[in-house]
Amino acid sequence: MEKNLILAGVGGQGILSIAFVLDNAAVRAGYTFKQAEVHGMSQRGGAVQSNLRYADHEIYSDLIPGGRVDVVLSVEPLEVERYWKMLAPDGWVVSSVTPYVNIPDYPPEDELLAQLTSYSNTILVDAGKIAKAAGTLKAQNMAVLGAASPLLDFTDDQLLEFVNVLFSRKGERVVQLNERAYRFGKAAGLFFRGLIDAGIEPRLALDLSRKMDPSTVDPGLAPRWAKRLKGEPDAVRALLAQEGDIACGQEQ
Amino acid sequence: MKREILLGDEAVGLGAVHAGISGVYGYPGTPSTEIFEFVESIAKKTGDIHAFWSTNEKVAYEEALGMSWAGKRALVTMKHVGLNVAADAFMNSAITGTNGGLVLAVADDPGMHSSQNEQDSRYFAKFAQIPCFEPGTQQECYDMVAEALDLSEELTVPVMLRLVTRIAHSRSAVEVTSTPRKQNPLHPTREIHKWTLLPSNARVQYKLLTEKQPELLRRAEASRHNRLELRGKHGVIACGITWNYLLENLPDNHDFSILRIGQYPIPAGKVRELVDHVDDVLVLEDGYPFVEEMLRGPFGLERAVVKGRLSGELPRTGELNPDLVRDAMGLEPQGGLELPTAPANRPPTLCPGCPHHDTYLALNEAVAEYDKPQVFSDIGCYTLGALPPLEAIHSCVDMGASIGMASGAAHAGYHPAIAVIGDSTFAHGGMTSLLSAVQQHVDVNVVILDNETVAMTGTQHSMATDETLDRIVLGLGVEADHLRVITPLPKHHDENVQVFREELAHKGPSVIIARRACVEKVKRHR
Ligand SMILES: Cc1ncc(C[n+]2csc(CCOP(=O)(O)OP(=O)(O)O)c2C)c(N)n1
Ligand code: SF4
Repeated sequence: MEKNLILAGVGGQGILSIAFVLDNAAVRAGYTFKQAEVHGMSQRGGAVQSNLRYADHEIYSDLIPGGRVDVVLSVEPLEVERYWKMLAPDGWVVSSVTPYVNIPDYPPEDELLAQLTSYSNTILVDAGKIAKAAGTLKAQNMAVLGAASPLLDFTDDQLLEFVNVLFSRKGERVVQLNERAYRFGKAAGLFFRGLIDAGIEPRLALDLSRKMDPSTVDPGLAPRWAKRLKGEPDAVRALLAQEGDIACGQEQ
Repeated sequence: MKREILLGDEAVGLGAVHAGISGVYGYPGTPSTEIFEFVESIAKKTGDIHAFWSTNEKVAYEEALGMSWAGKRALVTMKHVGLNVAADAFMNSAITGTNGGLVLAVADDPGMHSSQNEQDSRYFAKFAQIPCFEPGTQQECYDMVAEALDLSEELTVPVMLRLVTRIAHSRSAVEVTSTPRKQNPLHPTREIHKWTLLPSNARVQYKLLTEKQPELLRRAEASRHNRLELRGKHGVIACGITWNYLLENLPDNHDFSILRIGQYPIPAGKVRELVDHVDDVLVLEDGYPFVEEMLRGPFGLERAVVKGRLSGELPRTGELNPDLVRDAMGLEPQGGLELPTAPANRPPTLCPGCPHHDTYLALNEAVAEYDKPQVFSDIGCYTLGALPPLEAIHSCVDMGASIGMASGAAHAGYHPAIAVIGDSTFAHGGMTSLLSAVQQHVDVNVVILDNETVAMTGTQHSMATDETLDRIVLGLGVEADHLRVITPLPKHHDENVQVFREELAHKGPSVIIARRACVEKVKRHR
């Protein structure tokens, strides 16, 4: 077993916090790991990334060879595109769709989402919305980690243990907000995939899962929503056009 | 033994602490900064290691040398270009030799992730004729620093530990000892002649250094870090971190003959053994073609059989990676997906609310009255003011260069000659040039951006800020009337523009201090 991840985002979005959790979980689980990161100039609001590798055998290179990336895990949608070409043929993209706009030529949202959804192995979540619902916008990184967790080789407890270690210095409340963001993120990601696996096209799956109140999302309901999308598309579209969030269980 | 998750930099720091250093010295600089900071974090708890950032790398090196003179072990850290600043002390410390172990951990930046150049410090080790270790793993970072301190003490020479960005800033699990070595007692040297480099002494000392060279070579030949395995007719020499890139690509039943180099001077005997065995040899180095160039020369090989950066198998410049190495080894590429790429660039920017931003807005407005003046500047967060939309500064060469260059331009008749420099950069390398400018009564305007910290490298303590800075400027001879202090905030914009205008009109040296704390510092140190 060997997993190669690229963690991506913008300086200040907490890429290294994700790395901290995964590094420690990997060591605790008895894996070897190497994780190269970016310090210095680019941390000032520039594009940042980290190469994270863990395995049950020795890892040599600190940098992942081209074409061997299993997961691009990005806290920002535009940043994903820098790493497409490093993905293995069956690699995955897990990304937030919440844009971080600090450049003048940031692409229009529709264009960006069209590109992201053109690739089949994706888990897309609205980390900004999820983190806000969890209680702090800062926890977007943990929401994306939660969304990616089904692709990794750790249980929730194995990861959350180090979310706890990471934030315990800041108090129990901060720990809980981050844990919540992780769980909401995981549910949102599974719900999104559930829709896709039930044959819903990705853009619609994203729109619907984004519309949900993050605290209500239940991946187990995805097949029923998919059925409804197919059976009464107009009703669902009307629902999507409504103001405000919808509760995942509302139409049962 | 315990296992800890450490950056390469942190492993160096912890290794040094466990090897009994009594002081860590340095000036911040990516990718070396975390070495010092890790030792500092331990020193804060134990209280028995001196750990305080120095004004610049030369000062740091000299302080470390003094610690060694006193018989204790010292680690001194800097980035590659920092060694240019410390070079005088460094070169001469090879002549004096050491008493307590002295290790210089210097971090190079191939690919220039955060630097003005990608100079290779191994040349400096060779230039000074001292040993150099080059780790390829985080574990080696930890182990080698202890070996280097032992070697330094045993052979009484300073020893270099050369890192590159990818090892400095990469984490892994490291086995660390649970029985650290004790620090040395105070035992200052009594050998005055060694440390007083009058020509008569220096000649003797230099001869001693040259006489140590065969022993240094013997150590390198016998080093466990220099391993040779002979197989087929294609040879590879892998230095430092490139060993990882080689192993990543090496098939299980490969037929390459391989020499791994992790300790210098270059183990010439092993190189010869390899070269005699193979038809061609690929040289992998994350840095300059240091070994490759040697191979082409003294070892008398035909040009064709040495492959590397000079022959085009590898790019002449930039950082190596597993893919470039794979290609140079002649193996099939491991292709990635062809999906849409090349998104919009996202360069670093000044933080929202950064004081530099407000200073630049005022400066830009004041200089707009002149014919497109070029503003000399320096290195720090404020260098980002060179990028759009501000485009306020037009040079960045080496720390402190702005004041000297503005003075030189003023000598040539250029007006207005403006230098923009950060508070830490001013302390590091600007004070002496301001003294020159004052003594020569040059018509320069020096803008010191006092954000009360060394922001670029992570908000370390700055040596010259607030009243200390004001007193330094006055002490250097700037007239009190032409030391102006402004507060870079939007609400003061108009008055700040006015201050710039007045001082630009003044004939003679003037200093404008733009004083407001870095917002990142305020956040972190709250
Ligand atoms: C010789 C040398 N040493 C260190 C560095 C790394 N370095 C670049 S900028 C900087 C600090 C700048 O601090 P300051 O002048 O206060 O500016 P600020 O970043 O706070 O705006 C350092 C340490 C370097 N580039 N060259
Ligand atoms: S870290 Fe401080 S000095 Fe640097 S850009 Fe941010 S606010 Fe400005």
